Amino acid sequence: MSELADLYQRVVIEHNRSPRHYNKLDPCTHHATGYNPLCGDEVELYLRMDGNRVREAGFQGESCAIATASASMLTEAVRGLDAEAIRELARAVSRLIRDGDPGADEWPADLDVLGVVSRFPGRSKCAELPWKALTTALDAGSGDTVSTEE
Amino acid sequence: MSSAEPLQAAGGSLDVQAIRSQFPVLDQQVNGHPLVYLDNGATAQKPEAVIEAEARCYREYYANIHRGVHSLSQRSTAEFEAVRGKVQRLLNAPEEKEIIFTRGTTEGINLVAYSFLRPQLQAGDEILITAMEHHSNIVPWQIICEQTSAKLVVVPISDAGEISLDDVAERIGPRTKLVSVVHLSNALGTINPVKQIVDLAHARNVPVLVDGAQSAPHMPVDVQALGCDFFVFSGHKLYGPTGTGVLWGRYELLKAMPPWHGGGDMIRTVTFEKTDFADPPARFEAGTPNIAGVIALGAAIDWFLALDPRAVAAHEADLLAHATARLGAIPGLRLIGTAEQRAGLVSFVMDDAHPHDIGTILDGYGIAVRAGHHCAQPVMQRYGVPATARASFGVYNTRDEIDRLAEGILKVRDLFGG
Ligand SMILES: Cc1ncc(COP(=O)(O)O)c(C=O)c1O
Repeated sequence: MSELADLYQRVVIEHNRSPRHYNKLDPCTHHATGYNPLCGDEVELYLRMDGNRVREAGFQGESCAIATASASMLTEAVRGLDAEAIRELARAVSRLIRDGDPGADEWPADLDVLGVVSRFPGRSKCAELPWKALTTALDAGSGDTVSTEE
Repeated sequence: MSSAEPLQAAGGSLDVQAIRSQFPVLDQQVNGHPLVYLDNGATAQKPEAVIEAEARCYREYYANIHRGVHSLSQRSTAEFEAVRGKVQRLLNAPEEKEIIFTRGTTEGINLVAYSFLRPQLQAGDEILITAMEHHSNIVPWQIICEQTSAKLVVVPISDAGEISLDDVAERIGPRTKLVSVVHLSNALGTINPVKQIVDLAHARNVPVLVDGAQSAPHMPVDVQALGCDFFVFSGHKLYGPTGTGVLWGRYELLKAMPPWHGGGDMIRTVTFEKTDFADPPARFEAGTPNIAGVIALGAAIDWFLALDPRAVAAHEADLLAHATARLGAIPGLRLIGTAEQRAGLVSFVMDDAHPHDIGTILDGYGIAVRAGHHCAQPVMQRYGVPATARASFGVYNTRDEIDRLAEGILKVRDLFGG
């Protein structure tokens, strides 16, 4: 329990209570919806890009604290990154969430705490949900929905 | 079954500690705490009698059934077929040959959808269900509606999670071809007035299917008293093995139904010109079934009947009352499903914590609950929540365990700040 309490206490609850950039970006250049059919959670992700670089990111949705915190950290972490760097970050975060593999020493926006989720496999999809929406938004431009079950 | 007596304390109430000791899986620590298993609505744990019956089949006499002259096949066939009589007793079914073995509730409903209903369904016909059905009592009907241009009609539910008989009556019309309704809702705990629904439907010659996935393990079931035409349940929720289940149907309906799956064991004679189908139940049991599983389901039914379903229902009613009182007193917690007639479970949401987070934190204290939409997304939509947390009871649960659940929820509240 202590590890879990630690995860929740350190970041999840704080981000869940006051999520960063919890708003719809209007206008935006890219957006996508991440959907988890197993629990009904939904995260809408918005990007405003200037050329190849993210100026601003925002999200909205109905989701558990882990997905919300992950999305909140995401919107902080991707600011200023270009598409290639974002894809790389998303892959690294996925390894972190699935295997707890920290890879880098330096993680932007406290993202390293998501490594704890690897010890709760039942929750990895929650943490990954906004990142799936992120890469879908980059790939598809706008309006697509991506499911955690694909 | 010989162990019937020790499980009953004086006065007919259950000796829950004796029952618990028959479930090996309950005796363990999870995340450093004694396991509190409150996910029985998803599936129930298995007593020694069931585990042993399945193992004994494989150890002592396993062979294929209905097709061997040798001794093992005859013994397997006899043990397998004897389970029909046990199911007949469980449901108070008029006849043993009305018992069809399936893989579970889902398969039973699909069998009725494809074999009974679809052949007679015309464009504009209607199938009546309620707004509290499990996906397995929604999707098969939607699929055959799609194929035939028939229509799915839905009885709404109240804030408490009840349906009104007036709403049912209003929706049974000349085009209604079947009413299919859950007996005990897995998402809300509501017990539906099935007998009255059957009376309304039969007054208009409409047959009724009852989804008994949750009722069979939690209350006495009497299909003759209910008056329904089909009743389905799953073995795994009734302390039996996965991959087993039952469709009971009135014989004259079954007899008129075409087969669903074709194959071995369901025929009388086969030539390339024509196949003569066997009578029910064989007609609907193509291929080699889950032999050892069905035999162990028989052990589960013996075990359950020895407890006495009335005593089980009384014990779980006490747990429900205790849980409703304890959880109802927690600020910021809302019970979803407060029907007057209710059994088996409490479904709830909290102001500050999402059901998933509740589930994860309770798991940290060794408490297993379900968090999600419980395969009843329309119910979640009805209450405007994405999901609920659900604690569902089994015969081995105790008041102490409900207290641990309540303490766990208070910890969730502390963590998320109430
Ligand atoms: C009310 C109800 N109907 C149907 C089902 C489906 O049962 P199974 O998955 O065993 O086929 C369930 C099980 O979750 C249920 O609770």
